[in-house]
Amino acid sequence: MSDPSPLEARGLVKRYGDLVAVDHVDLTVDRGDVFGYLGPNGAGKTTSLRMLLGLIRPTEGNARLFGRDPLVDGARALDGVAGFVEGPRFYPYLSGRRNLRLLGDLDGGVASSRIDEVLDIVELRDRAKDRVGGYSHGMRQRLGIAASLLRDPQLLLLDEPTTGLDPAGMRDMRGLVKRLASEGITIMLSSHVLAEVEELCNRVAIIRKGRIIYEGRLDELLESAGGGYVLRTSEPERARTLLLAHGIDGAELEQGEVRFQAEPAAVEAVSIALGQAGIGISALVPRVATLEELFLDMTEHEAVA
Amino acid sequence: MTRVYRWEVLKLLAQKRTYLGLGAAMIVPLIFVTVLILKTGGPNDIPLGRYIRQTGLATPFVVLFFMSIWAFPLITALVAGDIVASESHNGTLKTILTRSRNRGEIFAAKILAAFTYTAVVVFAMGTVAFVAASIEWGFNDLTSLSGTTVSAWHGLGLLAASLAIYAWPMAAIAAFGLFLSTVTRNSAAAVVGTLMWALLMQLLGVLPGTESIRPYLLGEQFQAWHGFLRTPADWTPIVRALWVCALYVGAPLAVGYLVFLRRDVAGE
Ligand SMILES: Nc1ncnc2c1ncn2[C@@H]1O[C@H](COP(=O)(O)OP(=O)(O)O)[C@@H](O)[C@H]1O
Ligand SMILES: [Mg+2]
Repeated sequence: MSDPSPLEARGLVKRYGDLVAVDHVDLTVDRGDVFGYLGPNGAGKTTSLRMLLGLIRPTEGNARLFGRDPLVDGARALDGVAGFVEGPRFYPYLSGRRNLRLLGDLDGGVASSRIDEVLDIVELRDRAKDRVGGYSHGMRQRLGIAASLLRDPQLLLLDEPTTGLDPAGMRDMRGLVKRLASEGITIMLSSHVLAEVEELCNRVAIIRKGRIIYEGRLDELLESAGGGYVLRTSEPERARTLLLAHGIDGAELEQGEVRFQAEPAAVEAVSIALGQAGIGISALVPRVATLEELFLDMTEHEAVA
Repeated sequence: MTRVYRWEVLKLLAQKRTYLGLGAAMIVPLIFVTVLILKTGGPNDIPLGRYIRQTGLATPFVVLFFMSIWAFPLITALVAGDIVASESHNGTLKTILTRSRNRGEIFAAKILAAFTYTAVVVFAMGTVAFVAASIEWGFNDLTSLSGTTVSAWHGLGLLAASLAIYAWPMAAIAAFGLFLSTVTRNSAAAVVGTLMWALLMQLLGVLPGTESIRPYLLGEQFQAWHGFLRTPADWTPIVRALWVCALYVGAPLAVGYLVFLRRDVAGE
């Protein structure tokens, strides 16, 4: 038998009264994955992660971390696993360092030098003496990562780690995730931002209203969604006619822009043609599908299927 | 387990309310002694109240009586009612439950920490009362509840034993506080609820018609120490307090434990 997957969920269901927060979710995260768990607010990401970490009991189904079930094996199921759901929380009346010391002791003790190390990684060393009560959201988020790293995890579960951060904080957090992934840590991170998942993850599951509507490689998904191109010009009507004449079917006008799908070679060809026709181009850029468009796309597929 | 317990104690030591309770337990006897210094007369209708100016040993017993009504229950509830709920409030339950400790271990450490606090509060009150009163009235022989004379040093031993047996019904209040703290997830509700419960227990003890069950009510156990102060010692109330309080401690803790073990930790 091969090693058990870092993370496996089978038929996870969580009901709150009539609301089905998580509806028969299956997930498999393989070693070395940076797995994106993508879905809009309220889709059930946090609830799924809570079940995976053993914080709440599934109504049905089960979760396994390296083959162990948090409900059966208790804290032992979290061996080699670390992470947080929603914003990481700490004792506000203790300093950052004391919080880490406490959590390290709950894991069986940790050397001071290791605490310094993880504080350095998240760049909190100089604020470690201050009480967490005075930390900003971003600092708490980084302390959450530090607390997770103290466990030397093989699997890291991060629930929307960049939500609520300012742009610089987001960039740093994404850099940190990349760095940890490159060190060989398997990561599952939830997000409601497609671009973020695109930047960080190799595999993705998309959840909507508690149900997984896609699970697989991210590049395949984006290909199938066919981002296409956007053309901005002062003469969109004429440009569209020209594109159609060049065999680019489906070129359409939307919000004063021309949107179309084509191979790169065809795009080059029409750009020359546009110039020759005297149609100025202010922008011709590849278009990234938004999460909403992906959803639209997939629901259409669902309807067809 | 020692590590988890140690951190529960350290957390208490880092919070204001701990010192609020502990401080109150130490200031009350000081106020009591000061008032008796400034005024004539004394609490003559209270056990040992008549001897309050004979020896510093009498004061801690008299203060025990006064504080058992609501002060000690409140001081205990303040911390025990908060010890699980504050984790819910701070959202730290999810933080500590995703480390390498089982829920049972965390809960057990909280029980021990709450009991430690309770015992410390009772003994702190006893010590302050004894020292302050002895400075004023001397460390003299004590007249027992049977009217016999007990040597000062023997009296000190009886005081220690009395404080220990007194801490046991206090532990029952702490246990109820822990239970409410777990179930309500709300510190204020748990503190107030625990105090109400302690007052209700006392009220039951003075209502007419409760005579037959009175020895088994919690309020009654606060007087178990009287047994030590009789010559010869009367073990009946002491033994009864031991097992009656064990039930008052065990029942809420068992329910609290089961709830804590199974409950969903979401958004806390
Ligand atoms: N403890 C709870 N009680 C009741 N409903 C809940 C609870 N937790 C989550 N929900 C509901 O479950 C759904 C999924 O929530 P959540 O998992 O937090 O979504 P996400 O993390 O994807 O934003 C939401 O409709 C939310 O209101
Ligand atoms: Mg969420």
